[in-house]
Amino acid sequence: MNVQDKTVGVLALQGDYGLHEAQIQRLGAQFREVRLPRDFEGLDALVMPGGESTTMNILMDRFGLREPISEFGRTKPIYGTCAGMILLARNIERNQSGVKPFGMIDIDVARNDYGRQIYSFDEELIADFHGEKKAFRASFIRAPRVTRVGNDVRVLATFRESPVLVEQDHILAASFHSELEEDTTLLEYFFRHFLLDTATP
Amino acid sequence: MDTRFESKEHKVKVGLAEMLKGGVIMDVTTPEQAKIAEQAGAAAVMALERVPSDIRAEGGVARMADLDIIENIKRVVTIPVMAKCRIGHFIEARVLETLEIDFIDESEVLTPADNAYHVNKWDFKVPFVCGCRTLGEALRRIAEGAAMIRTKGEAGTGDVSQAVKHLREINSAMKSLTVISETELYGVAKEHRVSIEIVREVAKKGKLPVPNFAAGGVATPADAALCMHLGAEAVFVGSGIFKSDNPEKYGAAIVNATTHWRDYAVIAEHSHGLGGAMKGIQAESIPAEEQLQVR
Repeated sequence: MNVQDKTVGVLALQGDYGLHEAQIQRLGAQFREVRLPRDFEGLDALVMPGGESTTMNILMDRFGLREPISEFGRTKPIYGTCAGMILLARNIERNQSGVKPFGMIDIDVARNDYGRQIYSFDEELIADFHGEKKAFRASFIRAPRVTRVGNDVRVLATFRESPVLVEQDHILAASFHSELEEDTTLLEYFFRHFLLDTATP
Repeated sequence: MDTRFESKEHKVKVGLAEMLKGGVIMDVTTPEQAKIAEQAGAAAVMALERVPSDIRAEGGVARMADLDIIENIKRVVTIPVMAKCRIGHFIEARVLETLEIDFIDESEVLTPADNAYHVNKWDFKVPFVCGCRTLGEALRRIAEGAAMIRTKGEAGTGDVSQAVKHLREINSAMKSLTVISETELYGVAKEHRVSIEIVREVAKKGKLPVPNFAAGGVATPADAALCMHLGAEAVFVGSGIFKSDNPEKYGAAIVNATTHWRDYAVIAEHSHGLGGAMKGIQAESIPAEEQLQVR
């Protein structure tokens, strides 16, 4: 099955979902904005974008998305960046606004742990895609820090000893924003490794 | 193009503006209000001493908020906290930067400190948002380093007509840039007093190089959705929430309408039983010398 035949849902409650959509389109796949449970029909993968995890958490409850996302994540690939990573994690440290994570990837994260906005930064990093090494740019904006990684989680990239790109089964999570780049390296990896592989039995 | 537009520093400033898209930024004056805003689904809060409608009613000089108010608000929420400085008041801006505020609004709602110049925003690590009524004004603020643009509208009125006017004005000016000749672009740059490079950039993409939000008079869920339809990428709500009868419900309904701006049935479903909106005043009835947008 080709990428052109795939429809990728983008959680569009709040945040920079438009930037993910532009990347999905550039790679030749279809996208659909997900705001209500009915939007899951026929999706092959889901992207959870950057934005405010507190806001997304509230809106997921308000519009009945928690159950459909949990269900979807049991079998289908999900890629989360920044706020998306926080929502996919097992536990959240310093979780004073009460975000309920999905626990789809066995990591703990501390919100805004790299500091408030004036400490946001942009770095060139190297990812190890199962032996294939590739450089990519990464913007960390009020970013979450991964503070614990479970045994079944593979770390694909680190920054100053903290994991920043991690995967487990069909879930990929980044503490930075690959969608802010012209470069689509990370989304290509997600497509190649999770979306297209899952099509072949 | 000014190489600073390509810098890492500018990229992460614009990056935070990108993260606020599709959201509602709410004015708050106390930690209690900040918590209500966060639970209503605000993507950020603007920490202020008085909401614009009170500034308008009470008069006097409006300045940067009391620092204790800002600090206390910062302490109780996890979403980004913004604060306003007076136009051109780079010391207020420096003080806010020291407090590690996430975004500064160099705002016409406060009494301008400098009638000739705006803050040179390139000098700061903290990102700035500035208001505008026209494309020229937007491009001048972007040339000064603003990482986000919002319409001025007419703050504190609860009358959305001025925000609508400014959104339409900017949209149509951008659209015309995409069809006119290179020669004419030079004329536009001259007219707006900005570089040809920035004009060319807008002409090529048909949109501003930074996110463009709506502000100034947005008071109801339908107002917020209207602004989204007119090209705003997120919405600021000032007096509209805490001057309504039921801020919890009203705030949530405005957030819902901003998320589901194309889905009128969802907007309607979540707009029942809200109680009254802020009372408001008709923007066009305000004498020119009392309008905030002309600052």
